[in-house]
Amino acid sequence: MNVLGEAFRAALASLNAHRLRSFLTTLGILIGTMAVIAVVSVLQGFSASISSQFSDLGSNTLTLEAVNEQENFRSGQINTLSFDDVDVLRYKVTGISRVAPIISTPLRGASYKGRNVTPQVLGATEESQYVLNIDTSIGRYITASDDKGGRRVVVIGTEVRDELKMPENPVGEFLLLGNEWFRVVGLLEKRGEIFGFSQDNRVIIPFSVARSLTGIFDRTFMEVSFTITDLTQISQVRERAIRAIRTNRRIAPGKEDDFEIKAADSFVKQFEQITATATAVLAGIVGISLLVGGIGIMNIMLVSVTERTREIGILKALGATRRDILVQFLLEAALLSLLGGIVGIVLGLLAGMGIASLIPNFPPAHVPVWIMLAAAGFSALVGVVFGIAPASKAAGLDPIEALRYE
Amino acid sequence: MIELHGIVKRYVLGEETVLALAGVDLHIGRNEYVALIGPSGSGKSTLMNLLGCLDSPSEGSYILNGRDTSSLSEDELAAVRNREIGFVFQSFHLLPRQTALQNVMQPLVYRRMPPLERRRLAIEALTKVGLGDRLDHRPNQLSGGQRQRVAVARALVGQPSILLADEPTGNLDSRTSAEIMALFDALHAQGQTVIVVTHEPDIAAHCRRTIRVFDGRIVEDTQNPARAA
Repeated sequence: MNVLGEAFRAALASLNAHRLRSFLTTLGILIGTMAVIAVVSVLQGFSASISSQFSDLGSNTLTLEAVNEQENFRSGQINTLSFDDVDVLRYKVTGISRVAPIISTPLRGASYKGRNVTPQVLGATEESQYVLNIDTSIGRYITASDDKGGRRVVVIGTEVRDELKMPENPVGEFLLLGNEWFRVVGLLEKRGEIFGFSQDNRVIIPFSVARSLTGIFDRTFMEVSFTITDLTQISQVRERAIRAIRTNRRIAPGKEDDFEIKAADSFVKQFEQITATATAVLAGIVGISLLVGGIGIMNIMLVSVTERTREIGILKALGATRRDILVQFLLEAALLSLLGGIVGIVLGLLAGMGIASLIPNFPPAHVPVWIMLAAAGFSALVGVVFGIAPASKAAGLDPIEALRYE
Repeated sequence: MIELHGIVKRYVLGEETVLALAGVDLHIGRNEYVALIGPSGSGKSTLMNLLGCLDSPSEGSYILNGRDTSSLSEDELAAVRNREIGFVFQSFHLLPRQTALQNVMQPLVYRRMPPLERRRLAIEALTKVGLGDRLDHRPNQLSGGQRQRVAVARALVGQPSILLADEPTGNLDSRTSAEIMALFDALHAQGQTVIVVTHEPDIAAHCRRTIRVFDGRIVEDTQNPARAA
């Protein structure tokens, strides 16, 4: 430790003696780590924000959707779910606690005192509040009696209220949807954006009302979210649901499903996969840049060994062994590239924050500590690996020749 | 203390083999004060390198304090240099970025000595050569004479068996040379074994014994009359 401490001090002194050169030498490492930290911080921030938004949907929630091939849209044979499918889930499949069908109505346009907006108009039941984890900040949500009685009531998103310049508390105001007036009973909690799509530009009306309104259209676009009683049974329940829906939709054995049951977090998983791939590609690029940086360090260290030949001769005359010299130069190379790595990490963090704050509505940058530690460790490792050649050159010098060197 | 028997040293330079030392027998006892003289190319430097354990002989044996060094490995030689030999070079060979104190502490680093102990011994050695007030000066802040004193302190700090000086006054003016030689005289008087490689007769005259090397052999080995101080 004593010797190592001494070598450490000597390495620092020698780097300090050639500050500009040390800085330029380590620039490759610096830029490499800076790039990786900047990009990782942005990606991770993005991913963290996506995950937290989607964790609102409980992991015990499954969603049934109709599947449409490109061809279906071309031919107009659009495949949708039927209301029977909802009943099958509700009454014929065991292990399901709540079923929340949601109709995406074709209604476009909501008016209030001469102003118009085009929110997404959804029809939902009381259960959707629990299944989708939606809550109201003012007023109340759609209730079972709203649904039963077919009341013309609506719960609106904050963006709708703001765009229509409704009062801060919009409860009791009337909104024109399609050709009918709806009384506002609640305001949805603000949810922000996912991928730039506002989650607040929507209104929710009772399911039965939506159903009767869309009766005038050919198709009902509906998806059904439902929760599982016992999370450990999720795949069994999913299998049972698929079998029941197939029977209900009269799909012949051997034919493919024309519907899909997705876990709520499958999107998150998909996204995480994309992030992981991007990170892996990035790691490759960084590997190359650190390789280049390492070669730079090796090059300068070789020059430095030549320059300090006489100094090495002196140390050997004073009794330094090969190992003493080797350790000193290895430490110098490692320290050089570690310092580059640390400065790179700091600059990368700053760059990441800068990028995140420059893009509107972008989540804040975030870097896991282990990535920073790995970057620092890896840059030190690069120093050691590329320091081996110069250090062994130094260690192998003949003291007599080295002392004579001018 | 130093015993050389039939030392032969050959160098291979390209196709040619140069015989630098052609059979040297030599005995140097404790507390001797020896001048090693001879023209350049005489083998004087080769002999000094062998004595300083910087090199190993091609033939013959070198027994230092009862230990045969001629078959030691490179790292074992490094350890011998560290404990037994104190080098003083013509161009001082101080570490330029280190203070006088750090320079003097350096040999003790390789002895795995704790820092405080190193510091204490180094201050002691620097005080002994009259530089107790220059501990934190770097070599470029010191005069030639002071630099050579730092080098002497560095050579002495580990209490070596031999102080081996290679043209120690070669880069110094006559007044400073006299100071350094006076220092050597004093060290000898305190019991230090001193070997000075030189080509200057008046430097050699400080020593009690003169060994002349020519063509790789010792051609003259004389005791000098004691100098009147």
